[in-house]
Amino acid sequence: MKSFKQLKGLVFPLDRANVDTDAIIPKQFLKSIKRSGFGPYLFDEWRYLDHGEPDMDCTKRPLNPDFLLNQTRYRTAQILLARDNFGCGSSREHAPWAIEGFGFQVIIAPSFADIFFGNCYKNGLLPIVAPADLVERLFRESLASEAYLLEVDLERQKVTLPSGDAFGFDITPHRKHCLLNGLDEIGLTLQQADKIRAFEARHKSAQPWLFA
Amino acid sequence: MAGKTLYDKLWDSHIVSEESDGTCLIYIDRHLMHEVTSPQAFEGMRLASRLPWRKDSIVAVADHNTPTDHWEKGIEEPIARLQVETLDTNIKEFGALVYFPFKHENQGIIHVIGPENGTTLPGMTVVCGDSHTSTHGAFGTLAHGIGTSEVEHVLATQTLVAKKSKCMLVRVEGNLGQGVTAKDIALAVIGRIGTAGGTGFAIEFGGTAIRSLSMEGRMTVCNLAIEAGARAGLIAPDEKTVAYLKGRTFSPKGQDWDRAVAYWATLPSDVDASFDAMVELKAEDIAPQVTWGTSPEQVLAVGGRVPNPAAEADPIRRLGIERALHYMGLTADMPITEIKVDKVFIGSCTNSRIEDLRAAAGIAKGRQKAASVNQVLVVPGSGQVKRQAEAEGLDKIFTAAGFEWREPGCSMCLAMNADRLIPGERCASTSNRNFEGRQGPGGRTHLVSPEMAAAAAIAGHFVDVRNLY
Repeated sequence: MKSFKQLKGLVFPLDRANVDTDAIIPKQFLKSIKRSGFGPYLFDEWRYLDHGEPDMDCTKRPLNPDFLLNQTRYRTAQILLARDNFGCGSSREHAPWAIEGFGFQVIIAPSFADIFFGNCYKNGLLPIVAPADLVERLFRESLASEAYLLEVDLERQKVTLPSGDAFGFDITPHRKHCLLNGLDEIGLTLQQADKIRAFEARHKSAQPWLFA
Repeated sequence: MAGKTLYDKLWDSHIVSEESDGTCLIYIDRHLMHEVTSPQAFEGMRLASRLPWRKDSIVAVADHNTPTDHWEKGIEEPIARLQVETLDTNIKEFGALVYFPFKHENQGIIHVIGPENGTTLPGMTVVCGDSHTSTHGAFGTLAHGIGTSEVEHVLATQTLVAKKSKCMLVRVEGNLGQGVTAKDIALAVIGRIGTAGGTGFAIEFGGTAIRSLSMEGRMTVCNLAIEAGARAGLIAPDEKTVAYLKGRTFSPKGQDWDRAVAYWATLPSDVDASFDAMVELKAEDIAPQVTWGTSPEQVLAVGGRVPNPAAEADPIRRLGIERALHYMGLTADMPITEIKVDKVFIGSCTNSRIEDLRAAAGIAKGRQKAASVNQVLVVPGSGQVKRQAEAEGLDKIFTAAGFEWREPGCSMCLAMNADRLIPGERCASTSNRNFEGRQGPGGRTHLVSPEMAAAAAIAGHFVDVRNLY
């Protein structure tokens, strides 16, 4: 996994609550057996005027001018600002793959759906839960500014606004460690292989039917 | 010391190790798989030269991409066919306890075949790269959806890195009226607490109305826990659970069975257990539910009227209502019963079990699909459900009513195969998500029970199914 340490990046505000993973990456793109290539299809039904199918050349598709992400100023956005319950619905990891594939590295929202939230960390994406009034301010300021940049520092768990104001955010030490160092979680877990084997032996003697 | 909840017991009995910040390594007993969320995980295993920790924990099936008619033609779309064939190849290479490939007589939706084969048992941890894994919690099982990276993690290590959730008790007391179902309970709960109400929680469902549900009904309730934001839904095992599991292919046998049943009896929440949150509903207050919007929380009793955004004070919610009404092509304040449907879908991991089909057939019997309804699809949850339904003559009831009787699979719940809505079409659906485009781009979905779906197929618009008995 790629690491995340810090970033000064452009904010794209997505002003909708309950954005579900079907909207983030529609089902027809889930037929791919690859892990990459989803970025062009991010928010496909909102972003394009035609119906998208896998392997389409998106540079030739008609863009929806009313969808903010299509404005030239957001082409290089790296921070996705969202509303409550972002990423609800299906567990598809294709959603963070598409968000990361577009170029986003950080998502800020008042709340996230649980499965999506966990999936982000596996892909070098940092989801930040921020208080509702602060998110409101970020929406206001980013919509009013041509190039609204936030500075995100994972080591210090701090986000700095253009005004110099800053706010902190929570992350578990385990996730922070993995993200900062781009660690493969499977490798880490396998360092505990003896513990897993010992648990398994106890579990098997207590509930042998689970291993029949 | 306070007693333990069912969730506490399941969690505590699977901790392999715990870090100081509460991050745990949790042992996984059962790993369910389908073709959509597993290929990248197997590829990761291959690239790292890893083998599955315990291949006999794996139960796999192709369900999302498979067609529900003309099986002799195979899967026509090349990219979908490749995904299904990739699962074949991966299971052949890595192994599994059970695998039902496309066209196998027991093929079906993963959340239907797991329980019906006895591979989901009380006290287990169950995961799948699919959010509706919450379904299996109906057995007193800690079951939840995971992403593909976690699928690979479970394959390689038989564990998950996780932190314990909070636990919410949703208690539903009293007697459900005729025509009011497990689906209506779940939708009413989602309407009450919202699609994020259960975020950060596992939800245990209890109370006399839950206890009175069949195992099929309990699966429907737990299936929809994720639509309330909770990764896991839970119902304590009891005599119905035991009766359902006895004699199933992979249920314990002989001495193991007796030991297992004795162990399962220790799982229900202790009487002095405390919950982090509590929600109470009276069964008598619940009417048949119909969603009107593009989120499962946008739901009303069938006697209600579509909301008026002007009456909503909160600006974000008002915008949400306006957007939903626009997408759904509905007018504020119109009665739910005036909404006409173009298609009806009876199926999905929420409502495709034998009891659901019996309920829908009960309404369809001796009646005819409205001429204005283009198509009514009845898609059984598995080969076993299909054969059972045919043995009971349900297929004949459906076809006589003008409904189509199909082969098992996920079908028009998410429209990855050819079963889908065309833009603008409106569907009464027994599935679980009414998101924009879920059943096909531009399609409009209203979530209802199997009884309500069948009734809408007959009338051509939503009706209160209680008037049809």
